[in-house]
Amino acid sequence: MSRLDVRKTYKLYIGGKFPRSESGRSYAVQSASGEFLANASMGSRKDVRDAVVAARAAFGGWAAATPYNRGQVLYRVAEVLEGRRAQFVDEVAAGEGLTARAAAGVVDAAVDRVVWYAGWTDKIAQVLGNLNPVAGPYFNVSAPEPTGVVGVLAPQASSLLGLVSVVAPVIASGNTVVVVSSAARPLPAVTLGEVLATSDVPGGVVNIVTAQTAEVATWLAAHRDVNAIDLTGVAGAEGVDWAGLEAEAAGNLKRVLRPQVANGEPVEPDWTAAPGLERIRAFVETKTVWHPKGL
Amino acid sequence: MPTFDYAPAPESRSVVTIAPTYGFFIDGAFTRPKATFATLNPADESVLAEVSQAGPRDVDKAVAAARRAFEGEWGRLSGAERGKYLFRIARILQERAREFAVLETLDNGKPIKETRDFDVPTAAAHFFYHAGWADKLEYAGLSAPGTTARPHGVVAQVIPWNFPLLMLAWKIAPALATGNTVVLKPAESTPLSALLFAEVCQQADLPPGVVNIITGDGRTGQALVEHPDVDKIAFTGSTEVGKTIARAIAGTAKKATLELGGKAANVVFDDAPIDQAVEGIVGGIFFNQGQVCCAGSRLLVQENVHDEVVAKLKRRLQTLRVGDPMDKNSDLGAINSREQLDRITTLVDAGVAEGAERWSPECTLPTKGYWYPPTLLTGVAQTHRVATEEIFGPVLSVLTFRTPQEAVAKANNTAYGLSAGVWTEKGSRILWMADQLRAGVVWANTFNRFDPTSPFGGYKESGYGREGGRHGLEAYVTTTPATPTGATR
Repeated sequence: MSRLDVRKTYKLYIGGKFPRSESGRSYAVQSASGEFLANASMGSRKDVRDAVVAARAAFGGWAAATPYNRGQVLYRVAEVLEGRRAQFVDEVAAGEGLTARAAAGVVDAAVDRVVWYAGWTDKIAQVLGNLNPVAGPYFNVSAPEPTGVVGVLAPQASSLLGLVSVVAPVIASGNTVVVVSSAARPLPAVTLGEVLATSDVPGGVVNIVTAQTAEVATWLAAHRDVNAIDLTGVAGAEGVDWAGLEAEAAGNLKRVLRPQVANGEPVEPDWTAAPGLERIRAFVETKTVWHPKGL
Repeated sequence: MPTFDYAPAPESRSVVTIAPTYGFFIDGAFTRPKATFATLNPADESVLAEVSQAGPRDVDKAVAAARRAFEGEWGRLSGAERGKYLFRIARILQERAREFAVLETLDNGKPIKETRDFDVPTAAAHFFYHAGWADKLEYAGLSAPGTTARPHGVVAQVIPWNFPLLMLAWKIAPALATGNTVVLKPAESTPLSALLFAEVCQQADLPPGVVNIITGDGRTGQALVEHPDVDKIAFTGSTEVGKTIARAIAGTAKKATLELGGKAANVVFDDAPIDQAVEGIVGGIFFNQGQVCCAGSRLLVQENVHDEVVAKLKRRLQTLRVGDPMDKNSDLGAINSREQLDRITTLVDAGVAEGAERWSPECTLPTKGYWYPPTLLTGVAQTHRVATEEIFGPVLSVLTFRTPQEAVAKANNTAYGLSAGVWTEKGSRILWMADQLRAGVVWANTFNRFDPTSPFGGYKESGYGREGGRHGLEAYVTTTPATPTGATR
């Protein structure tokens, strides 16, 4: 007799723990070919607000960690992600309708993407900061600092490579993040949460809410304790008005990373393209310090 | 006054296995040992192992292996993949950290707490930092817009005995991150950690020939830097040898970076936090028995606090523990070699003959091995040899000044320009001093700080080029059009 497999319960990842949605709701996740895969938690407004609280609580410690330390932690994420390769290949293949071979390529790219950002942590200030030669006897230096809690609408189509491509740059500089996963393909996000939970990433640095994007995006965009929002995931999300979200974000002047737009419609970027610095630059503040020179 | 003795707290040597003899590491494999000479434990003069003396033919083989790797697999690898090899190396160094710390202490004589807490972790950090640069070089501002920075090719690297593994990391990490291949020669008295590093390269599956390690004395180093198929030289060592290299490559296409000697001034103003300054002065000169090119070997103390600073220094020096480097409580270990011990002794004797007053705390030095007590020389004048020549030992020369201008004049009155220290509570004065000091690194209210992100290197006869940070990458790339192979065509 063949053995019956033990299936995973897919839950949220908030403050380093894996709660179900406080709303008690779930929704059926289907494969690209329409088969039932699992029931995912359907995150609510309250789950998003809990996630923001956890992200805010984690911000001080994560921002104060040395860039070297953050780099080591991110590299550890890549190591553990690589170790879970088989599981991600299965989930990506099922959710995105890829062959196992193509899905393996996506997972490899996701691991390498984390490594790319692991290498950035202690170089961001060296590339984005500088000494300013002011016309006077002053030492004057500008350097980037993390902006705070960043809300991210993860891409809808690319459920793993796209996800790590939007989360890693946010936390590399010391921000903490509340990410709303792909609505239709949330399973790799939950598994990524399990990777993060076992990779020395402090609880609360990354919080993952599986949800219907249209339902929770407004609450995230309007939240007064969120400092910035990445609208990448509006592309392909049903019933989401990204201009409306940007307008909500203006309430506390959140920094907004707009979606890529083609022919007037938001589109999902090509995640296989080499990333630049944009996603790091979008979520840092520049601080300039003056000090006199003299006897 | 009752005294309390420390119970011995020896680190175990059992974590490290030293082979009786070593060959070279060329093209991914160890060669058979030949023409061997002994490497000693300077703490007791026992023989640790026999290592091989590389002759011109061995240098040829190592350079040829590096050339093949550069023109083969390594040269075609993407930056991201090169970076992943460096991440592997960083992780293996972290994993085998204790083994490296013990081996380094045995071969070098420095205290285990320094190799364990500084040398080895900092070496791993260097690989980690440069791993990240490998696929980000276009962000480092190395070339003009629209042009690409390329690796030189084969890099010859000759490193000193004071920080054997760390100097290896400073050299190999940026060279590999930028896509070069290397032939490295460790110092003849401290070859073992480099040979153990060869095993790390094997464990990381680094392609053969990317890193080659040959051992030997100055003749090997000379043959290596003068080899016609070497494109770039990175040297850390004495100013004298540095000048020889600069002369040897004159008129060729070879590039060089030279990190040479120093005679750093550590300037203490009367408003400095004196107790904190005393700790910094002690760390500045007695770290690694003072065998540090950037050591704060000239204390320039403002005249009105001279007596207080010297009294506190003497008090602090009495608590330094000099002895078995493998003891976890030891602050100072052995001098690296008989030759170096003789040099320290000669220079201090000259200082006393010229009129300096010598003081050392009471301490019992081991009877075997190479030992020198922590030493203060007061009443030193600027013309004394102990104020102008690099002693490279646990000896602090104390001079005084009255005004900031005088401090600057005295601090800069040296052929060297590697580092300097400033101690004052006044921030604006720190920054004013930093502007005036002709030195590549200025530490304020701290001393002997090192980080992979922070460029290090000297002005004047302390050499040229920087190591570490974004600036350190510059030495390992070229923006001139590619030539087929080698440097001298």
